[in-house]
Amino acid sequence: MNGLVRGGAAIVGAAESDLGHVADGLNPIDLMAQGIARALDDCGLGLRDVDGLFCATTQARTSGLSLSEYLGISPAYIDTTILGGSSFEFHVAHAAAALQLGLCRVAVVAYGSTQRSVGRRQASVREVNPYETPFRPFLPPTAYALAASRHMHEFGTTREQLAAVAVAARQWALLNPAAWEKKPLTIPEVLAARMISYPFTVRDICLVTDGGGAIVMTAAERAGGLKKPPVYVLGCGAAITHASISSMPDLTVTGAVESGRQAYAMAGLKAAEVDVLELYDAFTLNTILFLEDLGFCPKGEGGRFVEGGRITPGGALPVNTNGGGLSYCHPGMYGLFLLIEAVRQLRGECGARQVPQAETAIAHGNGGVLSSQSTVILGTGATL
Amino acid sequence: MPEPLSPLAIYQAHLEKGELAYQWSPAAGRAVFYPRVVCPFTGSTALEWRVASGLGTVHATTVTHPAQGEPYNVVLIDCDEGFRLMSRVGDIDPMAVRIGMRVRFRVHRPTGDKAGDEPPYPVFVPAEAMS
Repeated sequence: MNGLVRGGAAIVGAAESDLGHVADGLNPIDLMAQGIARALDDCGLGLRDVDGLFCATTQARTSGLSLSEYLGISPAYIDTTILGGSSFEFHVAHAAAALQLGLCRVAVVAYGSTQRSVGRRQASVREVNPYETPFRPFLPPTAYALAASRHMHEFGTTREQLAAVAVAARQWALLNPAAWEKKPLTIPEVLAARMISYPFTVRDICLVTDGGGAIVMTAAERAGGLKKPPVYVLGCGAAITHASISSMPDLTVTGAVESGRQAYAMAGLKAAEVDVLELYDAFTLNTILFLEDLGFCPKGEGGRFVEGGRITPGGALPVNTNGGGLSYCHPGMYGLFLLIEAVRQLRGECGARQVPQAETAIAHGNGGVLSSQSTVILGTGATL
Repeated sequence: MPEPLSPLAIYQAHLEKGELAYQWSPAAGRAVFYPRVVCPFTGSTALEWRVASGLGTVHATTVTHPAQGEPYNVVLIDCDEGFRLMSRVGDIDPMAVRIGMRVRFRVHRPTGDKAGDEPPYPVFVPAEAMS
């Protein structure tokens, strides 16, 4: 992102709220606040240090007001950009800018959702589009399935290759005690699961859980001396291409091409130099698209790329090491969890699923129906 | 002064007459769909209405399985005039719809409980089935 300084801002604290199916009566603001309290504890800062607030949820019309009131703070800088699941990667870039300009000194980025507890219909407003709604698209799956049909048609991508993404995510999830899914998964099981929108069965599609969390950010010069080693923001990039799937310029190429280009340029890194990938896997197709669009394999090769265990634990490329939206947690807007996992990998906190010598990581957020793309590249102090 | 008609109202009035209408941007020299008040290619507000031939090609297709009821197809159609829209292809097994299939527009008028409440909308059928 033009104008941002490489390594100028850092993530100093990160934490999930309660996940899965949270206690009855907890609301999204409760989960944001719980995440913030835990993330502040993670770095040793306090609520009175927070003067920058970034948050998004589909369940509160003015979540910035609700969260400020709840926490008893009046933030000097506030940003409630909401662009779907990628919102939190946008927030990181916006927070880095605000910190660089001195508009705030300690920023928190927070998310909360109780979509499993209250039901998917209650968790977000149903929007009527007179040019799509008559055809009863089950959104978002129908839209992603349309994109998948093009990928299969143009490049020969198979349902088995899509299923390999779900199987890899499940293998990572089995190494993550916080993951929702606890049992192994095979390619035949993915293919035989309940069809939702061809070619996707329910196992090609993310979970429906509750959850939330927060990260704490400061300018790099304030990031040292806290409880944990800082994780620096090396690169940011963003691109918006459409809102509805009917208007996506090319169903096989996402805005991640552009967001990735910006982020790599700012970070001074190439895809081959990234150690850990956290890619927004709302659908199995996403992982394939983002591997291509972020430069890890040529366009059209993503299906073949994920075969043979390449992105599983012990494979050549660690992708979605927490188990992803497919098997770990997906409360509707998953982007914050990409950042939390990337931070933990770069700190070496991930136990059985830890990627050895991880120095750089990508957290790539996706929102809407492949509509908004935001790439954040993070690095340890050694990468500065 | 009479209220001007919205782009949606004009689009739906064409459908009432059995026509699939789209906008043409003279400034951009290309079709605009969905209908709107500003051309997304040039920013011009001078958008003209045209009636499509009704011929198009399936660009993408899926079959969605509802919790209750029969599976149905949802498609993106590239109309010959250079615009894309969501629709469905009727008169065919939903899984038999193929990318590249030539299709022809037909207006669908909701019937039964929905008659009168919902405006007509454009669906497609395989082009050869019409001949």
